[in-house]
Amino acid sequence: MQAVQEITRATPAVVDAMQIPDARPVIELEHIHKTYTMGDVQVHALRGVSLTIREGEFVAIMGASGSGKSTTMNILGCLDRPTKGTYILDGQDVSEMSKDERADIRSRKIGFVFQGFNLLSRTSALENVELPMLYAGVSSAERHARAMESLASVGLAGREQNHPNQLSGGQQQRVAVARALVNDPALILADEPTGNLDSRTSVEVMEIFQRLNRERDITLILVTHEADIAQYAQRIVVFKDGKIRKDYQVEHQRNAAEELRSLPPIEEDEDEEEEE
Amino acid sequence: MDQWINEPIVMDLLSIIRVAFRALQRNKMRAALTMLGIIIGVSAVVAMVSIGQGAQAAVQAQIDSIGTNLLFVSAGAQNVGGVRSGTGDSGTNTLTVEDLDAIKREVPSVAMVTPSVTTRGQLVAGNANWNTQIQGVSEQFPDIRKWAVGSGEFFSDSDVRTAARVLVIGQTIADNLFAGGDPVGQEIRVQNLPFRVVGVMARKGQDQQGRDQDDIAFTPYSTVQNKITGSQRVQVAFVSAVSADATYTAQDQITELLRQRHKLGTNEPNDFTVRNMSDIAEAANETNSTMTLLLACIAGVSLLVGGIGIMNIMLVSVTERTREIGIRMAIGARSSAVRSQFLIESVVLSLMGGVIGILLGIVVSLAIPRMLGWPTLISTMAIIGSAVFSAMVGIFFGYYPARKAAALDPIEALRYE
Repeated sequence: MQAVQEITRATPAVVDAMQIPDARPVIELEHIHKTYTMGDVQVHALRGVSLTIREGEFVAIMGASGSGKSTTMNILGCLDRPTKGTYILDGQDVSEMSKDERADIRSRKIGFVFQGFNLLSRTSALENVELPMLYAGVSSAERHARAMESLASVGLAGREQNHPNQLSGGQQQRVAVARALVNDPALILADEPTGNLDSRTSVEVMEIFQRLNRERDITLILVTHEADIAQYAQRIVVFKDGKIRKDYQVEHQRNAAEELRSLPPIEEDEDEEEEE
Repeated sequence: MDQWINEPIVMDLLSIIRVAFRALQRNKMRAALTMLGIIIGVSAVVAMVSIGQGAQAAVQAQIDSIGTNLLFVSAGAQNVGGVRSGTGDSGTNTLTVEDLDAIKREVPSVAMVTPSVTTRGQLVAGNANWNTQIQGVSEQFPDIRKWAVGSGEFFSDSDVRTAARVLVIGQTIADNLFAGGDPVGQEIRVQNLPFRVVGVMARKGQDQQGRDQDDIAFTPYSTVQNKITGSQRVQVAFVSAVSADATYTAQDQITELLRQRHKLGTNEPNDFTVRNMSDIAEAANETNSTMTLLLACIAGVSLLVGGIGIMNIMLVSVTERTREIGIRMAIGARSSAVRSQFLIESVVLSLMGGVIGILLGIVVSLAIPRMLGWPTLISTMAIIGSAVFSAMVGIFFGYYPARKAAALDPIEALRYE
């Protein structure tokens, strides 16, 4: 119920697919190579990837498994380091950083949204959203206030004390989005965020992404293998065999808010469903 | 370059502790069972040490009540040539009243002396009778043994000189022969001879071995020798030195004097034994300390087992929560934050177990005297020691699992099912 109200309140707005060419680059990958050694065999996961993503862009990364998109995602998320090449994130060279430095970068610059939601179980939505701030050294009072605000911004006001098992899949993913947003990151990395969701809930999550991108100018990177989901982005980058195969602007970007309005109204129990 | 890169994130300890508590709360049953090992270990240490210390304190109290400046002189010697089997046994006749008079007269570090000649006899008062130990001593006995007279008075030196038929009885005899009446001035017959009761000793209760110390009657040693047994033998004498420090001097001087009087050659062994209370106290203390240490060690082993239990559960926990660790790392937790969290979890487990164990140990220590009749003394050192030890157990056994958690790779941890 809450979610539906939140979504209908959202600004319909014309989809502005136009890219601002002189916007500040958030991500600059230059000739990135990633090689894994498995026994005696060298596996070349990435073979010279160069990619620039500017502030406020909504980019979908596509590719079959083994194409290198997951490796790119791990490097973009500072979870892994490139074997060769330079990665400049928000003006900062992160390619040679230590484990701890990358943890700090993740804390301050990157928000993650995962396929499996990856919320802490038996922990309230509020505490889950507070978690990134805990590791960023934010004071307890501020953590609480910002988490409440972030949950409200994804339409989950009133659900703060619910545990993940008391929330539907869509609601859980919105908690994850609230968590990704809460440290005001330079970019949000969403790894197959709709993989575990039905099509209607997928559209709901896309609507939130589009709204965040449009209203707050948040840079979004969406890793997906579903072509129709990729159509919600402004730009699609296709990986194959460790290289970028295609990189193009989406001509007819889908508008999740409009699609939601045209969908038949949902039964109330979908949101109220609580699994104990 | 942005300036924040030079400013590492510092998490406040309070937040980390809160995270650890929340994690433990999520699995209360497991936390409680893990703590149980530590609880049992710590309470066992506290209870065992308090039993040991209680026994030690009881022995010390008894020794103090006897007096640390007390010496025992007994006829015969222990283990001389493996022939003589004990002191004061019936075959030896080497200690005389004259020896004791000489000790009193000639040894300056000696304050008081009383012989002790003991026999058993049937005491008859009216229709009642009672079999008890009759101890013949001098009038200085109450001062030497620090045992006061409860009612009436002790016999005098003239009673000793005249071998008067007077008795000072213990409370048990008073209770059994006079059943509530005042025994002082009453008559008791011993071997058909009439004795006058001049005093009743203060109640002393049971000794360490549970013997009734009040089941005894005192009469002048001369009376025992001349009127009851007819034997001039003195089995034991109690000697009191002028001070506690003087006991060793007194011991040497008495030995020298008795060797002289008994005309013993340089190579001949003593035909008597002089022991002082300090030696006896020391021996008793040593035995008790060894027992206490042994008990504490056994209890300590259970604490160690409890610690291994913590390590086991923490290792399971790290494996089980691999995904959680991955999430925490992905959203910005440094390895050190993850390590601190798991380390604090195990320290919280062991410390809480320690505190509960200390309380339980105190309860057990208070219950033991009521239930088993053993004296206990709750030791502050044992409490502080167990608290510190349980925290150390938490750190020691929690470190390896915590390091394992911190070493996880976030990418693999997130993929973990």
